[in-house]
Amino acid sequence: MGQFLDLALFLLLLATGYVVGRVIEQRHYASIRLRERRYRDVLAFPMRFTPDSVTPQQAFLVYGTVVVSADYFKTFVAGLRNLIGGRFRAYETLLERARREAVLRLKENARAKGARLVVCVRFETTSISSGWAPAIEVLAYGTALVPLSADVRSMAPAAAASTRNHAFELSRSLPGTA
Amino acid sequence: MIVSNLEIIPGRRVAAHLGMVQGSTVRAKHVGKDIFASLKNIVGGELKGYTELMQEARQEAIERMTREAESVGANAILNVRFATTSITMGAAEILAYGSAVRLEQA
Repeated sequence: MGQFLDLALFLLLLATGYVVGRVIEQRHYASIRLRERRYRDVLAFPMRFTPDSVTPQQAFLVYGTVVVSADYFKTFVAGLRNLIGGRFRAYETLLERARREAVLRLKENARAKGARLVVCVRFETTSISSGWAPAIEVLAYGTALVPLSADVRSMAPAAAASTRNHAFELSRSLPGTA
Repeated sequence: MIVSNLEIIPGRRVAAHLGMVQGSTVRAKHVGKDIFASLKNIVGGELKGYTELMQEARQEAIERMTREAESVGANAILNVRFATTSITMGAAEILAYGSAVRLEQA
């Protein structure tokens, strides 16, 4: 009887993890896609040096961080995966979500401080789990640059008022980003 | 105080290098948050309590690093890097380090 209850609990957790976890993941992806469109005017690059076309007035550190956890179903599937090896598809989506979320928060942070360009973006991933299920922290950090208004005028005279156009002009003036 | 992970700030020149500065903090998770997190592990998703905790910890590490830089007379910290290590179950060390410099207008 006890064994039967254990099995029932296990199956219940597995089903809950699968159903609720899927819903949470799909909602998160929808939210990520929406915000990625919204923050498209903030450009983020991993390059180490500022582009020649920008003389920043201000340079400051910005970062975005998120801690995510896998659901019960994913943890179970990953446990099975460990036996036969191969791709941990369940964890791939988890980490992808976390990384995109971290970049979004970085951009949010940069835009809140008036920047439209973030350079030297770096990632850091740490497992901080305290139990059987993994909890992963993803950090994205970089240097936000606020260009002088004179630069904006020289780059796009007609569009100086619009930061969206500014970002667009900037993206065209940088090699390899068009 | 300019804090940046760039090595060169355009329009500024490094007048003096003042060595490496660092700030770190070790944080443990609250038991309540831990219990909530283990429930959240069933359905997955973001652990908001942990995110806040890590954010606070990182802010504190940056503040400590900045204070150290001020004490050596720097006005900027360049090439800032972060490192996070989980030490034991439920505790993590957050470290921020960089080069303290004195910048002047080029």
